[in-house]
Amino acid sequence: MNLTLRIWRQSGPQDKGRMVTYQVDDVSPDMSFLEMLDVLNERLILAGDEPIAFDHDCREGICGMCGLMINGDAHGPQRGTTACQLHMRQFKDGDTIDIEPWRARAFPVIKDLVVNRNAFDKIIAAGGYVTAPTGSAPEAHSVPVAKADADAAFESAACIGCGACVAACPNGSGMLFTAAKVTQLSLLPQGQPERFTRVIGMVDAHDEAGFGGCTNAGECTVVCPKGIPLTTIGRLNRDYLAATTRHADTPGT
Amino acid sequence: MDLFTEGDPIADTRAPDGPIETRWERRRFEAKLVNPANRRKMTVIVVGTGLAGGSAAATLAEQGYRVKSYCYQDSPRRAHSIAAQGGINAAKNYRNDGDSVHRLFYDTVKGGDFRSRESNVHRLAEVSVNIIDQCVAQGVPFAREYGGLLDTRSFGGAQVQRTFYARGQTGQQLLLGAYQALERQIGLGNVEMYARHEMLELIVVDGKARGIVVRDMVTGEITTEFADAVVLASGGYGNVFYLSTNAKGCNVTATWRAHRKGAYFANPCYTQIHPTCIPVSGDHQSKLTLMSESLRNDGRVWVPKAKGDDRDPRDIPEDERDYYLERIYPSFGNLVPRDIASRAAKNVCDEGRGVGPTKLGVYLDFADAIDRLGRKAIEAKYGNLFEMYERITGEDPYEVPMRIYPAVHYTMGGLWVDYDLQSTIPGLFVIGEANFSDHGANRLGASALMQGLADGYFVLPNTVANYLAAGPFEKVDATHPAAVAARRDVEDRIQRLLAIDGDRTVDSFHRELGQIMWEHCGMERSEAGLRKAIDEIRALRDEFWQRVRVPGNGEGLNQSLEKAGRVADFFELAELMCIDALHREESCGGHFRAEHQTPEGEAQRDDERFAYVAAWEFTATGEPSVLHKEDLNFEYVHPTQRSYK
Repeated sequence: MNLTLRIWRQSGPQDKGRMVTYQVDDVSPDMSFLEMLDVLNERLILAGDEPIAFDHDCREGICGMCGLMINGDAHGPQRGTTACQLHMRQFKDGDTIDIEPWRARAFPVIKDLVVNRNAFDKIIAAGGYVTAPTGSAPEAHSVPVAKADADAAFESAACIGCGACVAACPNGSGMLFTAAKVTQLSLLPQGQPERFTRVIGMVDAHDEAGFGGCTNAGECTVVCPKGIPLTTIGRLNRDYLAATTRHADTPGT
Repeated sequence: MDLFTEGDPIADTRAPDGPIETRWERRRFEAKLVNPANRRKMTVIVVGTGLAGGSAAATLAEQGYRVKSYCYQDSPRRAHSIAAQGGINAAKNYRNDGDSVHRLFYDTVKGGDFRSRESNVHRLAEVSVNIIDQCVAQGVPFAREYGGLLDTRSFGGAQVQRTFYARGQTGQQLLLGAYQALERQIGLGNVEMYARHEMLELIVVDGKARGIVVRDMVTGEITTEFADAVVLASGGYGNVFYLSTNAKGCNVTATWRAHRKGAYFANPCYTQIHPTCIPVSGDHQSKLTLMSESLRNDGRVWVPKAKGDDRDPRDIPEDERDYYLERIYPSFGNLVPRDIASRAAKNVCDEGRGVGPTKLGVYLDFADAIDRLGRKAIEAKYGNLFEMYERITGEDPYEVPMRIYPAVHYTMGGLWVDYDLQSTIPGLFVIGEANFSDHGANRLGASALMQGLADGYFVLPNTVANYLAAGPFEKVDATHPAAVAARRDVEDRIQRLLAIDGDRTVDSFHRELGQIMWEHCGMERSEAGLRKAIDEIRALRDEFWQRVRVPGNGEGLNQSLEKAGRVADFFELAELMCIDALHREESCGGHFRAEHQTPEGEAQRDDERFAYVAAWEFTATGEPSVLHKEDLNFEYVHPTQRSYK
């Protein structure tokens, strides 16, 4: 099939950037979206142009490195699918496709479609862990975990940190990302001792990084390639409330 | 010209002797320690943030060392360990099915086709149980039974259920555990994290590894970084084949640059071809996707009995199907080790019985399992894998059997290390897939995660102290002649790549190199093929340095430049892989030489001549490498021909 692509080109953080139109012909429906961009880039290089910079690595939907706004949808039209796993059979011959980077205050553009998501790491560093220095762990079976809790924790732990939730949010909020980690760890017995310091630390870091507030628009969960549910944000809010009121006199909160 | 010369034998001088169960404990006791006050004065560089590098950086920082950590991705959480699906082995024996540290040790030595070190493997089996404890304490959401205890499943090459898992995303969950421990140390100021930084050279001062040259991939700035010890945890080199299950960015540059500076490279020809990957769909293919080995627990592998049978698989009656793994290997069936399953798939396709549009595929069929357990149970176990398969192929594996074919997945070879995981350059340690140490000629499923975390959490943090006890070493800075020279080499190489301005893209060279390697140094190798490959690689490498086009400049983000540097190193590695494969005139594990097989077509080892580790020393570009042999001695697991029948 033959496609018209309108792609965001921006040479660096200081450049204003613009949409540039490219024609790509003979696209196979079995190609992945990124393979289609590879084909375009090969052509650009041979024509003496700069190829389009985009982030990607595993190309199997798990590393979270790729992220493109495709026709205004984070990761494109197919639900539960990262851009790297999106295949061209989702498009039709003659389609025009807009491709843009994540747009959010907390994710500045580095070049073309590449953005800086370091803010996510800062949120994790502010409490998204269990303090368990190597060697200090008790026998794995000493603390049973109800299967339902373990399964629910896994659902939240499946977050790949791609940032689609932020890109889709009208406020540029990173609350679904933050809530996924808060939920995973607050469902597990291992996460209890730091439950309330964690949520305060992570929410503070979230706000400091320039993410917007959550107004329950729900766009995040629709585009999330791993289907992290909106209920995680409810759990975060409950823990946050508990941490700032009921536990306000608890040391460390 | 001779392809190589032979030098003095090499020995693992750190390996303790005595009863194997006591060796690790003894080594830890005999090793020197560093007192906590002195640890703060010492810096360790860790390159790579996968299971090995992430866990090592976090643990060293917890112990009080200053750590500098580097990765090429935009975040340490994205290292390719994250893509491991199936699980992690540990000798917990929670199933009461006869497992033990000794059995895991035995299975791993046997699975590696008797080409690994007994001492290393035993240590790996010992610490496997601590890994599970550690990960559970971090909040890793492993699969659990209704009673709240951990679930396990079977994996290839074992008859016990010792594989712990988190649905089909075990690598992700384990890596996030290590990443979170690392982020905690970053938050505490104990680790300086440099994402989007690529190591391009090793700095060796007075014979010791003292630093690295890195390029900031965003600004293009090249800097020299210094430490008292350098740890490489930069993963494997499967991308030399272009198409592999590795992430696109995985590369050999860090270890290859260290090799050129004096670190021996061991067993480069040992490559793991994973039997269950989604087949290639066309020339545009940029990578291959693995379908977890755990699928072989419930999926049955088959091809039609007749050649060229083009019917819909659902229309082929039972008696016209050949469940060839169950037929040839009745006791292990679909769960034979990876090398055996891969070669069997190649054989049936070579016979003309392959399936799918390219005829390079076999069926992995879940119809029986769905009948027996119900669709819901299969969904719960493998749902995410089935969805991934459907997204890529457009076919629904609940209805139509999956099509699979082998693909390059893992490299057992890597930089040579002693029992302390130290390379032949003092102060340079190598962990995880980047070293060669534990898997011999074939790695068992669910053992890569085990080894990465064993090295990073438990082995290296103990052994590195023995080296650092002599530190802190004399301060080195950017003005030291060795640092100036290393930095200049990096800058010159970048300028050289940019200046060629030829008429072929980096990817076109990489793809062609991959085809040569897959054809002649893949699932089956022969003397004639390997000699041909060496000639072709050399010619292509010369062409690369004359015709490659790298657009843009070195200042700022330039993904073509990054790829060009990596592919240039792959060319050099590819040649050494072929030479190693050529010199090893036997078949073992993932290395299958057509000339050396049993009458039944199984790998035929030659223990008399080849029971050694081949450690290669770099001399000069274009000059023959020097082979150093490390003899392998088996005191506990007597080498036999592996039988899974």
